[in-house]
Amino acid sequence: MSKNILEVKNLKKYFKTPKGMLHAVDDVNFFIKEGETLGLVGESGCGKSTTGRAILRLVEPTSGEVNFEGKNIVDFNGAQMREARKNMQIIFQDPYASLNPRMNLGQIIAEPLLINKVFKERKQVTDRVKELMDTVGLTPRLLNAFPHELDGGRRQRVGVARALALNPKFIVQDEPVSALDVSIQAQILNLMQDIQEELGLTYLFISHDLSVVKHVSDRIAVMYLGKIVELSDYNAIFKNPLHPYTQALLSAIPVPRVDAPDNMIILEGDVPSPVNPPEGCRFYGRCRYRQDICKAKTPELREYEPERFVACHLVEELQK
Amino acid sequence: MAKDLLKVKDLSIQYNTDEGVVKAVDNMTFEIGVGETIGIVGETGAGKTTTALGIMQLVPNPPGKIVQGEIIFKGEDLLKKKEEEMRKIRGNKISMIFQDPMTSLNPVMTTEDQIAEVILLHQEVSQKEAMEKARDMIETVGIPRERGKEYPHQFSGGMRQRIVIAIALACNPELLIADEPTTALDVTIQAQVLKLMKRLKDEFETSMIMITHDLGVVANICDKVAIMYTGYVVEYAKVRDLYENPLHPYTQGLFGSIPNVEEDEKRLNPIKGLMPDPTEIPPGCPFNPRCPKVMDICKSVVPQRVEVEEGHFVNCHLYPAEEYKK
Repeated sequence: MSKNILEVKNLKKYFKTPKGMLHAVDDVNFFIKEGETLGLVGESGCGKSTTGRAILRLVEPTSGEVNFEGKNIVDFNGAQMREARKNMQIIFQDPYASLNPRMNLGQIIAEPLLINKVFKERKQVTDRVKELMDTVGLTPRLLNAFPHELDGGRRQRVGVARALALNPKFIVQDEPVSALDVSIQAQILNLMQDIQEELGLTYLFISHDLSVVKHVSDRIAVMYLGKIVELSDYNAIFKNPLHPYTQALLSAIPVPRVDAPDNMIILEGDVPSPVNPPEGCRFYGRCRYRQDICKAKTPELREYEPERFVACHLVEELQK
Repeated sequence: MAKDLLKVKDLSIQYNTDEGVVKAVDNMTFEIGVGETIGIVGETGAGKTTTALGIMQLVPNPPGKIVQGEIIFKGEDLLKKKEEEMRKIRGNKISMIFQDPMTSLNPVMTTEDQIAEVILLHQEVSQKEAMEKARDMIETVGIPRERGKEYPHQFSGGMRQRIVIAIALACNPELLIADEPTTALDVTIQAQVLKLMKRLKDEFETSMIMITHDLGVVANICDKVAIMYTGYVVEYAKVRDLYENPLHPYTQGLFGSIPNVEEDEKRLNPIKGLMPDPTEIPPGCPFNPRCPKVMDICKSVVPQRVEVEEGHFVNCHLYPAEEYKK
């Protein structure tokens, strides 16, 4: 078994708002093994992007530990963090907003190399940029092109090339294909898969699209309102989801097939506000099975079966 | 088969831009029966929304222009109607749900006022009756009627989309055009809205045009489906026929691009290349530079519509017209 490259412990990120504390990420625990892809899925506002950013300290965690290769990077100072970020990169959701419109592709991809003074000579930088463009399938002709000249798929390839520039070990992918059409989406997903195999990368793949997450992930964590409610092997989660929220979420995917069984579990209401959430299970208000204990006590994420984690008081009862 | 409510024939819509003429919709033909739902599927820039705007005659002019075709609604050609007549049809007989519920509501009007506005415009009722009916509609879409006094920003995304649906259905239209009605919504909220739309469709016997890029949504709610690529309909069939036997290489490519939730697959089979620039559609079949089964004829001759089996149309040279002529 490969070792854990990343261990997140009791990670919290609260934001101060005029209405009170917003619990964006609330006591999240997970680990990622070297070379695997962990999918992080949930609906808008569940805290999945904030989790991704807090891991890289792009937002400062309120509390908790982020251990990358055994060291807690939350304690790192600026210089140490800069060094650590060489190994931890991110690809953003919106390829239209995440590239500087005034820089050409050569400059965008070279920027991390220049900031970190990787090479002494200009020529070496250009060579590396061309190599990276080749890796992500961009023709060298585009070296002097500006982002506005490219379509979404190519722009996202630029984002990938930039993330790969420093040979990272770990990449957070924050909804990398959500803004793309399906045929282009499939191209980018295949590209990320090839790169992972070639370079032995570890991914945290954040998405709201369950079918995409299932396709790319080895294990999947489901988030709801700042907390992980279920975490296990992708197969197990899709075959037999344990948490009532996971069950509803999976049943709601429209399957592209005629005669697909129409067994959608329709949840009542909307996701409640993450500002000053009450004690108890966050899913209480919308759960079909709710009982008094769920309101009184917050369920912990615990190992229900080997390698299968779930945060629900009733799971034993429901599985009977 | 039910009587045709709407028949679109050879519809072509162009935009004249600085870069050249964009054929947004080219020779589109389809029909919808009473109570039937048709899905129009395609990627960004395929011409789905322009088709909808064309039927409503809301294509911005200039730069847009309907250059040819007929839109027969209940036996009358909408393209021959005067603007005043169209205004009586829009929102009344044909109404539309737009993609983004955040921007399609008026932020400074209460939701019940917005629904009552449509009713007052099209029906001879008093203010009081219109308000009452507006509140009934709010209840129909599953929101407590007292909340009609609230403004759009007080509702969540899913609820706002329900309000938009309530406005669209307020005058009991015969045809509802829904332009990506669930794309901006989370999957559990999408499930709520789809279920609501199905229920309302059955209740009011409304025919529907469902514009989407999601083949899962189509399978869930539609009877027929048209696949569009760069303004052309490449394949048009009953949902079952198309899903069980997709004929056009583009349709096959679309299915190959979606990750399968039900089974395991190691790799996706995407369509290679990119959508062509809309001002420079390649000659012949517009899909030919990306097509895995491209032949010489595809590069010069535009394929005509062929009925391969009953009600299953495809525009592709792999299915030559001579072979399928009855």
